[in-house]
Amino acid sequence: MKKISILALMMVFGVVANADTLENVKKQGFMKCGVSTGLTGFAEMGADKKWTGLDVDTCRAVAAAVFGDINKVKIVPLTAKERFTALQSGEIDMLARNTTWTQSRDTSLGVNFAGVNYYDGQGFLVSKKSGIKGAKELDGASVCITAGTTTEMNLADYFKTNNMKYKPISYDTADQVQKGFEAGRCDLITSDASQLYSLRTKMKDPSAYFVLPEIISKEPLGPVVRQGDDVWFNIVKWSLNALVTAEEFGVTQKNVDSLAKSSKNPEIRRLLGVEGKMGENLKLDAKWAYNIIKQIGNYGESFERNVGKGSLLKIGRGVNALWSKGGILYSPPFR
Amino acid sequence: MTYNLIQSSQPPVKNRGFLNWLLSNLFSTPANSALTLLSLLFLYWVLPPFFQWAIIDANFIGSDKSACTRDGACWVFVIQKIDFFIYGFYPDEAHWRVNLSFVLFFVFGFLFRFLPVNFIYKILVFMLYPIITYFLISGGSFGLDVVDTDKWGGLTLTLIVASIGIVAAIPFGIVLAFGRKSKLPIIKNLSVIYIEFIRGVPLISILFMASVILPLFFPEGMNFDKLLRALIGITMFQVAYIAEVIRGGMQAIPTGQYEAADSLGLSYWQKMLLIILPQALKVAIPNLIGASIALFKDTTLVLIIGLFDLLAMVHLTGTDNNWLGFDTEGYVFVTFVFWAFCFSLSKYGKFLEVKYNTDYR
Amino acid sequence: MFELLNSRKFRNIASQVITLLVVVLFLSYITNNVFNNIEQRGITTGFGFFNQNASFGIAESAIEYNDTTSTYFTAFLVGLINTLIVSFAGIFFASIIGLIVGIARLSKNYIIAKLSGFYIELFRNIPILLQILFWYNVVLAALPSPKQSISLAGDIFLNNRGFYIPRPIFESGFLFVLIAIILSIVLIYFINRFANKKFDNTGKETPVLLIGFAIIIILPLLTYFISGSPLSFEIPALKGFNYVGGLNYSPEFLALTFALSIYTATYIAEAIRSGIEAVAKGQKEAAKSLGLSPYKSLKIVILPQAIRIAIPPIINQYLNLVKNSSLATAIGYPELFTVFAGTALTQTGQAIEIIFITMLVYLFISLSISLVLNIVNKKLKVKGR
Repeated sequence: MKKISILALMMVFGVVANADTLENVKKQGFMKCGVSTGLTGFAEMGADKKWTGLDVDTCRAVAAAVFGDINKVKIVPLTAKERFTALQSGEIDMLARNTTWTQSRDTSLGVNFAGVNYYDGQGFLVSKKSGIKGAKELDGASVCITAGTTTEMNLADYFKTNNMKYKPISYDTADQVQKGFEAGRCDLITSDASQLYSLRTKMKDPSAYFVLPEIISKEPLGPVVRQGDDVWFNIVKWSLNALVTAEEFGVTQKNVDSLAKSSKNPEIRRLLGVEGKMGENLKLDAKWAYNIIKQIGNYGESFERNVGKGSLLKIGRGVNALWSKGGILYSPPFR
Repeated sequence: MTYNLIQSSQPPVKNRGFLNWLLSNLFSTPANSALTLLSLLFLYWVLPPFFQWAIIDANFIGSDKSACTRDGACWVFVIQKIDFFIYGFYPDEAHWRVNLSFVLFFVFGFLFRFLPVNFIYKILVFMLYPIITYFLISGGSFGLDVVDTDKWGGLTLTLIVASIGIVAAIPFGIVLAFGRKSKLPIIKNLSVIYIEFIRGVPLISILFMASVILPLFFPEGMNFDKLLRALIGITMFQVAYIAEVIRGGMQAIPTGQYEAADSLGLSYWQKMLLIILPQALKVAIPNLIGASIALFKDTTLVLIIGLFDLLAMVHLTGTDNNWLGFDTEGYVFVTFVFWAFCFSLSKYGKFLEVKYNTDYR
Repeated sequence: MFELLNSRKFRNIASQVITLLVVVLFLSYITNNVFNNIEQRGITTGFGFFNQNASFGIAESAIEYNDTTSTYFTAFLVGLINTLIVSFAGIFFASIIGLIVGIARLSKNYIIAKLSGFYIELFRNIPILLQILFWYNVVLAALPSPKQSISLAGDIFLNNRGFYIPRPIFESGFLFVLIAIILSIVLIYFINRFANKKFDNTGKETPVLLIGFAIIIILPLLTYFISGSPLSFEIPALKGFNYVGGLNYSPEFLALTFALSIYTATYIAEAIRSGIEAVAKGQKEAAKSLGLSPYKSLKIVILPQAIRIAIPPIINQYLNLVKNSSLATAIGYPELFTVFAGTALTQTGQAIEIIFITMLVYLFISLSISLVLNIVNKKLKVKGR
């Protein structure tokens, strides 16, 4: 009975289940990538009505790898609640929504984290006027926080271990967090440090606020894909690695053409598809990484443009520098 | 004996004109006078500062933040951002498509009113409107560029969501109302369960369901657009309320009408569609308008599931780095827009109520 | 064959069977998909999370809640209780405002009537979510910080962290005061009965209201002093960042209650107004011809009848208020929707179970209110006509 019913309805709705994301994406002519509904530096629709940001660049990198065109991506803004079901249900093909990689998410939600595009940590944003100098002075404070994030749990742990009390004011959106904080509803905001910098640019007087030096947690943010499709998982993972490797070998948007022609470095040649079968192994065009770098630049360029010196946020590279430059950014070799 | 006709004199000052009105209306008793004075004091306390803020001290002209003196409201913000409020992220060069749909609405409304054809044909003609609008706004054919639904926003989105919810719910609502009035137990109970379930839960939970778990109801590869999911949720919600309104209308139809239809030998469907439904709809018009207003107000909830309706656009532009700190102006503007729409709709409802008032009692 | 099709009985049965079949097929299709999807994608399911530690903080809770050791079930209860608290507060204030405005709308006083009308037309035509956000964001921004609190009447403080009043602390002797209060209520009940009887028999009135007030104030007060003032107050005081001690009503709670009351009151006022207008004109004229004062005729002739007509729509509005309280999620008041369908949902990722439970809870509340409505309707039915 059940089977007949399903068959009948399958006919009505004309559904074909298919787990091959790359195939589907190619057939469709574009990929769908979930991002935040608006977070300066990571995903934001500008006045020109185009999406920009570090997360958006990650999406575009994958589009460039698959199609050779960064515009063949449909950006889908998602709330924190929707993000995982949107991915699970196939509404989006990948998720780059400043999502923290945790053990429980990786194992219980039916998704895979394909890497890290920003190493973050939870911090505290306070006003200079409050006179607070360190996180240990926060006993009894009211804390504004975005509901349903990992930060909410870290906060409870941190205050517990330091024997302090706090009052959580949890809002639904980052917007409301900032509004509440500026209205004086709470003494500080806690969130991923990058978000704090992003929020700070939205304050009436950004210079009146600063981020405390203490970072109380590890928040590796990265792109996420559905479990059980290794081809697609590899494409996302290696698109990200291509960005990092390009920076490591000094391949930039500007010099990528000349390097493709003249570079003698075998790793660069493999990266840019001049030699080797990197593309073929990923079931992509040989010039997949060339297309990424040509249109987006390397990780460093994307970083500086979206969250670093070239942006409003002015975040330093910190741990997000290359491993060779004092950071922890490290891509496996292109070999 | 002579009779002198005395000139008729006016009533005493106390009983005529403005003074009489004052005395009988505002100062009839001490308690009444106290209330009058209190309300006047309240008005004095509220109105002048508001006008001072909103008009006298306000800035209207300028192109950026420097035009705002901050003594009063800075409407420059609203004027500069009006495109965002109306069209959301809809591409600038395609705004004419939205404008054209607005204009077409009135054209079709005019046709509907004055076209000299049968009512059924009128409805058929009017049905063209949503189809044309769909092609206009979403594009993809006739040489128009595709505009993805994530770019739809602002007042346009509010109106799209509200009108689709209102219109799509009516046919389903009628079916459900028939179901609830049906004598067949299974159909009746299923209808009752649906109606009571939907009416018993908040709209936001239905929207959450539509946005978060609806995708899991269908096999992988079958996806609904986010906006479409919201529309499904809103329609599912509205259907239950419309069904109740129409059922109320049907209950107001005297049993005589049912019996007369039966005695003429009409079938169930002839009876319901030709006799009962037209009358029920007429009786239900004021409440239908009421339910539509309620839905129009409820469309603001889509902001919670991350769609950018008018309210959400105002929220969003409030965080524009060039325009920080103009939330109040934004809120006042949205308040005014929503109020104007709802108020005129409710007045229109009152007008229809009088026009179609054929009292049975 | 045609005979069969023409038989009404057959068609009735067939149409029902087909409808049922379609519904069942559709539901089984959906459940089947859900299970398939869950299995395919390795999503965790079940209600086991209820026993896990919630490990997130909640700002306001009426019951014991510890952010590191309490379970999701406790968090669920905290949210549910907060929903009930804010609903009751909203219903209470909305009823009072609605009653006053509804009567005022029909006042002969031009300004009062117009002002009430203006209030109703203004607030019922603005989306409730917008009102909640407005009161919260705009008014909150206007309030001072804790250090510059507005001090109202001594130990009552208002600032952007909330509204602080002293918390009464009851000592053991307070039991006597409680008994005194109960005694005086019983006393007033009997006095009222006596007065009614006297009124019916002789037409003479007793100033019950005055006597009642006197009793309920004097008797407990006397006991209070005799038993040695067994009540003290914990006074809120500025300590560190915030006021500590006392009773605290958060800005979220205040904004939500305020917005819900103001909005729902417009509907209640309209219900009361149409109730009053529906009272037969003859009743008003009869009251007048009996020489009752306007206040008297309103109180003992018109309102009792008007309320009877107005109660069903008013209870419906209560129901709407409870449902609208879920919009608290926009400003972060920790009621059921914020805590459970918000935070708990994202923390566990178990959307289906959580949204389903949330819906059932609201459905249960709604059905309970409907039940009350039905009982009230039966009670209020005019007997003997």
